[in-house]
Amino acid sequence: MESVVARAGWWLVALFVAIVAYAKAVDTAFAIHMVVFALAALAGLVIKLTGTNYQLATAGFGKLASDESKYDDDLVRWGVILTTFWGVVGFLVGLTIALQLTFPVLNLGFEYTTFGRLRPLHTSAVIFAFGGTALIATSFYIVQRTCRTRLALPGLARFVFWGYQLFIVLAATGYVMGVTQGKEYAEPEWYVDLWLTLVWVAYLAVFVMTLVKRTEPHIYVANWFFLSFIITVAMLHLVNNANVPVDPFGSRSYPLWSGVQGALVQWWYGHNAVGFFLTAGFLAMMYYFVPKQAERPIYSYRLSIVHFWSLIFLYIWAGPHHLHYTALPDWAQTLGMVFSVMLWMPSWGGMINGLMTLNGAWDKVRTDPIIRMMVISVAFYGMSTFEGPMMSIKSVNSLSHYTDWTIGHVHSGALGWNGMITFSAIYFLTPRLWGRSRMYSQRMINWHFWLATLGIVFYASAMWVAGIMQGLMWREYGADGYLVNSFAETVAALHPMYLLRAFGGLLYLTGGIIMAYNVWQTIAGRLRQEEPLYQPEYSANADRPLTAVPAE
Amino acid sequence: MTAETIKDPAPKEAWGRHKKLERNVALLGVGAFLAVIVGGIVEIAPLFWIDNTIEKVDGMRPYTPLEQAGRDIFVREGCYVCHSQMIRPFRDEVERYGHYSLAAESMYDRPFQWGSKRTGPDLARVGGRYSDEWHVQHLKNPQSVVPESVMPQYPFLAKKNLDAGDPAATLTALYRAGTPYTKEQVDNAAADLVAQADPNADASGLLKRYPKAQARDYDGDPSRLTEMDALIAYLQMLGTLVDVNSAAAQEELAKEKGR
Repeated sequence: MESVVARAGWWLVALFVAIVAYAKAVDTAFAIHMVVFALAALAGLVIKLTGTNYQLATAGFGKLASDESKYDDDLVRWGVILTTFWGVVGFLVGLTIALQLTFPVLNLGFEYTTFGRLRPLHTSAVIFAFGGTALIATSFYIVQRTCRTRLALPGLARFVFWGYQLFIVLAATGYVMGVTQGKEYAEPEWYVDLWLTLVWVAYLAVFVMTLVKRTEPHIYVANWFFLSFIITVAMLHLVNNANVPVDPFGSRSYPLWSGVQGALVQWWYGHNAVGFFLTAGFLAMMYYFVPKQAERPIYSYRLSIVHFWSLIFLYIWAGPHHLHYTALPDWAQTLGMVFSVMLWMPSWGGMINGLMTLNGAWDKVRTDPIIRMMVISVAFYGMSTFEGPMMSIKSVNSLSHYTDWTIGHVHSGALGWNGMITFSAIYFLTPRLWGRSRMYSQRMINWHFWLATLGIVFYASAMWVAGIMQGLMWREYGADGYLVNSFAETVAALHPMYLLRAFGGLLYLTGGIIMAYNVWQTIAGRLRQEEPLYQPEYSANADRPLTAVPAE
Repeated sequence: MTAETIKDPAPKEAWGRHKKLERNVALLGVGAFLAVIVGGIVEIAPLFWIDNTIEKVDGMRPYTPLEQAGRDIFVREGCYVCHSQMIRPFRDEVERYGHYSLAAESMYDRPFQWGSKRTGPDLARVGGRYSDEWHVQHLKNPQSVVPESVMPQYPFLAKKNLDAGDPAATLTALYRAGTPYTKEQVDNAAADLVAQADPNADASGLLKRYPKAQARDYDGDPSRLTEMDALIAYLQMLGTLVDVNSAAAQEELAKEKGR
């Protein structure tokens, strides 16, 4: 009882702080955000005081979690639902801005709907909302199974999950209102950053304490990756967001790091958001879900050791390849290039370990659409971790940098690797978490697979052509020794490619919507009556002895 | 896992020693943290003390209050997602955009706006290349002056009065972050903000405090101070502070080590 009062007290303090900050706010956006914050604190307070617990709130979604003999999966269930939701939202905003680049009239002339404000909304929705929610949910699922114990600090775990959702809402609404730090993938302003820091420290505490109370003697490899992802993202976040607020009750701030130092700190952060958020965390998913779905052990234990340590050690050096031929000192650029090329090997170590886990189960690629999704995901991981080192070579980068080639590269990694492994994790988790025998429809998984794969092919190939074409047009000289193309001509040349890219995005979004429908129906407890995707051939007509027929 | 595989097969071997890490959360966490701090320390820390990271050039000064307000709008609207401010030392880029960018030219940029994608052209030296009137037209409706453009329209900039908060607070925050504003500059921030866009105001103090500052009405409506005024004031000063082509600057650059 005392702890309930104490915790309710914390929510009361948070509510009070939010109201004071609202009253003293110097700009509208900050005031709106404090209202959102106050509402969240109020919700926390009400839930605490009325004794409404999550077991009741989620009772409709399945079994009660208070049972100590079962894993604490409430948050994972919410995570599956919200990952699906954020995925569809993120893909939709992505398609919108792809169309804006094709038909600029779609910017609508309102300040809230311009490409410049919606683009961070897209990147954050897919990376931090879709990817981040998937990471938190799967890490809570995996760490319990691989440690054979329930989540430590269950109350704090709920704070982590819902606090992270609040971070997403604050960040997203901020972008639309023009609240931004102006650094890619680190756009949220100082007070949102502070909130995320709080949530992230709690995340580390929940994860580490669960590892500490494990009943398995060894920490499974997936948890190494989750642990290094949580630790490194904390470090990157703190250093890159060291800002001085203009007013303690205002949304604007200025970074400590300026110019060239600011650029390197940002890309040290930015590249390792890829390296640890989108790679280490998702590798952890791979290390759990691929062996489980394939029912085969991880291919090589030693390879996982070598590739884990070399991957996390090398990744952190690769940031300067975003700054080739800029005013960053040459030695730093070269260092970044060398380490980026070296990074190819540990990356492929992960790919090999994932793919070779299918040793002895390759037939499942033919029969199991979830395995097929996992395989293509790891294959895209391998492809983009080859393309990345190649693009980090300075002479290649001189052509590719500033062009759509980079956009294509990012999306083959994000749509192919992160998207597909997350989809397969959702398809793995949903029936298990809600106690269903299988997904509502296997055939819809198959449709999702092909729509997404085709979408990526359209997307990536359009961007390769667009990027290389634009890079070559920028540097094209005529016989007269003058530049051949004006900038505007290169923009016009990209139009058909942008249209194709948007088409690819539409296919990918359609796949996502099919997944959302499939997940919804599965949760509702329905099973679609459908022909199984694969079953051995049987013909009753042929199933008979050959009898001798007398010759005429 | 069966009991057999958990048992340490050969503790002296490297693989055997790794089992220690796998059984100890603290060791694993500290090990992972040590592995990820090395790269950052080696690459980033030296930039703060190696002298030739930022070359010494004449002409760099912090932004005027109006330019900074325009820069804040540039950041707010996410212009950096399509426009770089970093000219690379290639023949085509130098001919297209001007002299390659120097590190010193962004030394007061908080945040830096080098960009990563050129959906539109580089803006590092766009200052003075177009008239104010062209910028007004282009920002209101880019397709009216560049038919191929895919840039969004920003008609609201000309309608919204500039609300830059307290300019002195802005300069103070920048000063705390490390930009060398003087007390005089901070004290006069509010007056300087207005003076730079008001053709009737006395801009002599502003010009003294901020050499090469341009003071005039930018948006074609001298009666109002709009967001358009601030943004164009910022665009028109980009790349105009350092005379990269002056002989003296070139000579100094040549004397620097490592070039």
